[in-house]
Amino acid sequence: MPEAALHRELLARMWLNRAFEEKVSELYASRVITGLLHLAIGQEAVAVGACSHLRTDDWVLGGHRSHGHAVAKGADVKRLMAEIAGRATGYCGGKGGSMHLVAMDAGFVTATGVVGGQIPLALGAAFAAKEGGRQQVAVVFFGDGAGQSGAFHESLNIASLWRLPLVFVCENNGYAEFTPLSAHTLVERLARHAETYGMPAHTLDGNDLLAVHDAMGKAVSQARAGKGPVFVECLTHRMRGHYEGDPAKYRELSQLAEWKEKDPIARFARMIETRSGLTAAEHGAIEADARARIEDAAQFAIASPWPDADEADTQVSAGHG
Amino acid sequence: MAEQSLLEAIREGLHEEMARDPAVYMLGEDVALGGPFGVTAGLAEAFGTQRVVNTPISEGAVMGLAIGAAAVGLRPVIEIMFIDFITLAMDQLVNHAAKLHYMSGGQLKIPLTVRVQCGISGNMGAQHSQSLEAWLAHVPGLKVVTPSCPADAKGLIKAAIRDDNPVVFIEHRGLYWARGEAAGAGAAVTPIGEAAVLREGEHITIATFGRQVAAALEAAAELAPQGISAEVIDLRSLQPLDMDTLVESVRKTGRLLVVHEAVSEGGIGAEIAMRVQQAAFYDLDGPILRLAAPFSPIPASSALDRFFVPGKAEILRAVRGAFRRQGAGG
Ligand SMILES: Cc1ncc(C[n+]2csc(CCOP(=O)(O)OP(=O)(O)O)c2C)c(N)n1
Repeated sequence: MPEAALHRELLARMWLNRAFEEKVSELYASRVITGLLHLAIGQEAVAVGACSHLRTDDWVLGGHRSHGHAVAKGADVKRLMAEIAGRATGYCGGKGGSMHLVAMDAGFVTATGVVGGQIPLALGAAFAAKEGGRQQVAVVFFGDGAGQSGAFHESLNIASLWRLPLVFVCENNGYAEFTPLSAHTLVERLARHAETYGMPAHTLDGNDLLAVHDAMGKAVSQARAGKGPVFVECLTHRMRGHYEGDPAKYRELSQLAEWKEKDPIARFARMIETRSGLTAAEHGAIEADARARIEDAAQFAIASPWPDADEADTQVSAGHG
Repeated sequence: MAEQSLLEAIREGLHEEMARDPAVYMLGEDVALGGPFGVTAGLAEAFGTQRVVNTPISEGAVMGLAIGAAAVGLRPVIEIMFIDFITLAMDQLVNHAAKLHYMSGGQLKIPLTVRVQCGISGNMGAQHSQSLEAWLAHVPGLKVVTPSCPADAKGLIKAAIRDDNPVVFIEHRGLYWARGEAAGAGAAVTPIGEAAVLREGEHITIATFGRQVAAALEAAAELAPQGISAEVIDLRSLQPLDMDTLVESVRKTGRLLVVHEAVSEGGIGAEIAMRVQQAAFYDLDGPILRLAAPFSPIPASSALDRFFVPGKAEILRAVRGAFRRQGAGG
């Protein structure tokens, strides 16, 4: 794709992610959506930059803050929204919800509400991809808080030892719930752990979409070429609280203002105005288009039926296939 | 009829399933070298170390790996060396393997087999001797099976591997070298969820599994000449339980003794007692009895650990006591 077209495409994906999360927030405020919600507003460049290199049959796994990963992987935003709203038309028939999204038609294998739990699962997706011999890769997203889990360390070791086609994407937003990273570890650059386990690792500005896009392009090609895993640490910031409703008193207001300056969408748009001649009108149209698609998704969710009561305890076990 | 040990029967089942389906992989500590008891001996030679994979001592991550691989199409068999160490993999097993089919609305299937060995054997002490089947049977989405003889060992391991759900296959270490009739090459699978009535009787049902099956059969043989006719049921499947067979038996005999090597409290015995009294209360001639290990960690000393293994003598005492107390008899 020519660069100017690529830039516009990436901007559209950023807006789709942002609009999705803002709509979820709005529907939560009006009680259409209930539950424990973790939004990734401010972190869109990581999801979009990483997933832009992936094929539909590549595998992506995420955690509790993964709406955007599923959107960026190409999952149907209507079925995602309906799932988060607990509707029968959701990807999981309402049985998964915000923290447990699965969209296999888009290669989004699973998200999990157990911090770090997705990382070992991603080893398995990568193991199967390697054995399948079709140059598939797996990408796993997780936060800095997961970096102190046993699952993380065991998995780095195994991925590296077995040269699995897996890209570890750490979204280092500096906080785990309400606690800064410095209170959890002396090793604040998580990429250093990857180096310890013999894996190439990069730390970069995760609010710079093109930086993520470039680094992920190289990482995914390396994994696809059978050269083993890569670790990409993206320094970023969540502009909302840990969960919807979190008053976020632990953060300085000045900090938030500083990060608003670094809003990945505004930054990227400014950059491509000069580099690719993006006009304000074009930008407005891209944003409006994304918001319209998400509005459709919201209306779809709202109009969708609730799951039948007798669905509550079905699918506990799979029938024989 | 050809004989073989339970260990050989498991190995034969694994071998046949690996030959039958290229999606079957074996993962675990030292599995390519046979594992600590030799169950997987020869598999790496037959199928290569790409499919029979030695793993680091990272039970949690390897369990997750097996689950993730199952979610996208493989049929992994993971060996956890001792059931005691399944604790390190519980997040992946309980929060992920057991729930992914449900949480995904059926998009994901997890055809995973978890092989673990359990039980008191060899004076290994509190961390290498437990029977934790009830923990696992308590989790919706997991199946739990355990064989007491070579033919079922082979039939159940094959069934576990072919099942589209996570199945925990529990091997009692004390039975590995117990010999019995071999199922034979290419034998049928043993369906999960079906108990086996190994001896028919009139006066009491003894329901058990694993190592206590042999003890129950011996006890029943000794009781017969004394006029007590005991029916012996090998549960084989602990999740799901074959309640039809159990209830039918208790309706006939009017009495039930449940025997297991797991500690007494909160075990499979309690679940069975609850469900049987609910289904057959008015057919019962006496209280449901339970024989189990003391509610205690397991001691290492051979002078102590034998008190934790219900055997023939304990079963005889329990059955005779039941009839004495109630003045009833065969
Ligand atoms: C195993 C586990 N422990 C604790 C929690 C509660 N919890 C949910 S999110 C979170 C913080 C995670 O921080 P991080 O991994 O940095 O991700 P972020 O929320 O910043 O995206 C915690 C402690 C959990 N869900 N799982």
